[in-house]
Amino acid sequence: MTSRRDFLTGTVGLAGGLALASIVTIRPARATPQTMAAAIKEVAGEVPIRKGKVKIDVPPLVENGNAVPVTISVESPMTAADHVKSIHLFNEKNPQPNIIGVHLGPRAGKAQLSTRIKLAAAQTIVAVAQLSDGSFWSGDADVIVTIAACVEDLQ
Amino acid sequence: MTARTLINVPAKARRGEVIEIKTLIAHPMETGYRVGLGGELIPRNIITTFVCNYNGEEIFRADFARAIAANPYLTFFTTATASGTIAFQWTGDNGFSASEEAPITVE
Amino acid sequence: MIRHMPVAALLAAAFALPALAAEIAPAERKSDYEFMGPQTRAMQDDDTANPGMLGVLDGEALWNARVGATGKSCADCHGDARESMKGVAARYPAFDPALGRPIDLEERINQSRVEQQKAAPFRFESNELLGLTAYIALQSRGIPIDVSDERLKPFIEAGREIFNRRQGQINLSCAQCHNDNWGQKLAGAPIPQGHPNGYPVYRLEWQSLGSLQRRLRNCLSGLRAELYPFGSSENVDLELYLMSRAQGLKIEAPAVRP
Repeated sequence: MTSRRDFLTGTVGLAGGLALASIVTIRPARATPQTMAAAIKEVAGEVPIRKGKVKIDVPPLVENGNAVPVTISVESPMTAADHVKSIHLFNEKNPQPNIIGVHLGPRAGKAQLSTRIKLAAAQTIVAVAQLSDGSFWSGDADVIVTIAACVEDLQ
Repeated sequence: MTARTLINVPAKARRGEVIEIKTLIAHPMETGYRVGLGGELIPRNIITTFVCNYNGEEIFRADFARAIAANPYLTFFTTATASGTIAFQWTGDNGFSASEEAPITVE
Repeated sequence: MIRHMPVAALLAAAFALPALAAEIAPAERKSDYEFMGPQTRAMQDDDTANPGMLGVLDGEALWNARVGATGKSCADCHGDARESMKGVAARYPAFDPALGRPIDLEERINQSRVEQQKAAPFRFESNELLGLTAYIALQSRGIPIDVSDERLKPFIEAGREIFNRRQGQINLSCAQCHNDNWGQKLAGAPIPQGHPNGYPVYRLEWQSLGSLQRRLRNCLSGLRAELYPFGSSENVDLELYLMSRAQGLKIEAPAVRP
């Protein structure tokens, strides 16, 4: 059985060159759909999460998992009486389930944010929004990633 | 320790207009999962919090996890209420702290 | 476990096809930009979203910084970079009469630092050198590449020989992918023509700006070939050949690439 060091130095040459797919290296323990569910529960508690209102805009096939552009938008009039209080984004296969959590208010005018995220493998990402009436809504998107991000080795 | 930033805030807006703010900051966002050439784990080093204040009032806050890409890019919206200053603050591991300000004229 | 399947398939194809070794005709030359998805293009197009622009800001600060035994900044001799550096990156690597061979833009910057400013040279791939190179290259944005200087011809030929030579354990030449098979998919991603008109680039794989020399070392790494050291004549000859192969394409530095 090759040692981790030999294995890694063996893969170093290949990892840095042509954008070959699926260079699999030893990974730390990953999030699973269960750990993602647990992370979501930390945000939503016992309140049931309904599907809808939340839209994730992400490329279905990603050129590089190190910087995946994502836009999350939530339908809401964004008034004092009816607005989005927070939006959280989760994943199911990176080593950690959390990606970002943002806190807004009616002053936002529009419940939408864009950022770039790292995705370690092809997976589903889930966005959960909390509204001012205490309800939770979610949306999801499937992403195919050809190069892993978090577990990359240096050359 | 601070960092280079690029901010895009419209210089002028109409009162009540919903404007988009774009932010970009230089930071390695080291996840703590990467392995160096000697086989050692490179320690985690990330920005953990971003806060935006408009004339002193918090209008947006974000908690970053390790899965945010290096050189974090973040855009969001706010309503142009009054002329003044929009202030940005990033904090993170190892005492990281960066701040920026952008003026806005609201008619 | 390293999956060699996509490479093995390409090897089989490479052996099966005759070696075409024909350069891409000027009318067919396309920037690698055109092979990227819309989101990556959008990242490049917006100067407030392009992470390479953070390096440009660093470079601008360095342009104006007084350094070295002379206490001079680049601006003290060259003035406003938007005027004096316009078109420069589009004609590098350029012939250096004193050395009798071409040098690339990074080397030229260091040469000026050492000889004119009497300051220490920047390390290859340092943030400083990348920032300054990006700032200078930005001033050539939209300008077509032109390395037609007659004195460069023998070095272009040296670079062409490297480009067409099979190398490494994978035993492929650059030409086999980038002349003969551009546009086809390799493991889900389209093979670009491999032009240098965006350098220094913010490569998503690196999560930072990087030079063309670094990228070429990555290519050779992928072929399991020996890497040419930074600053070697092979690297510069290859850079120069790539520029001549891209003659006419417009500079789009700092580009974003996957």
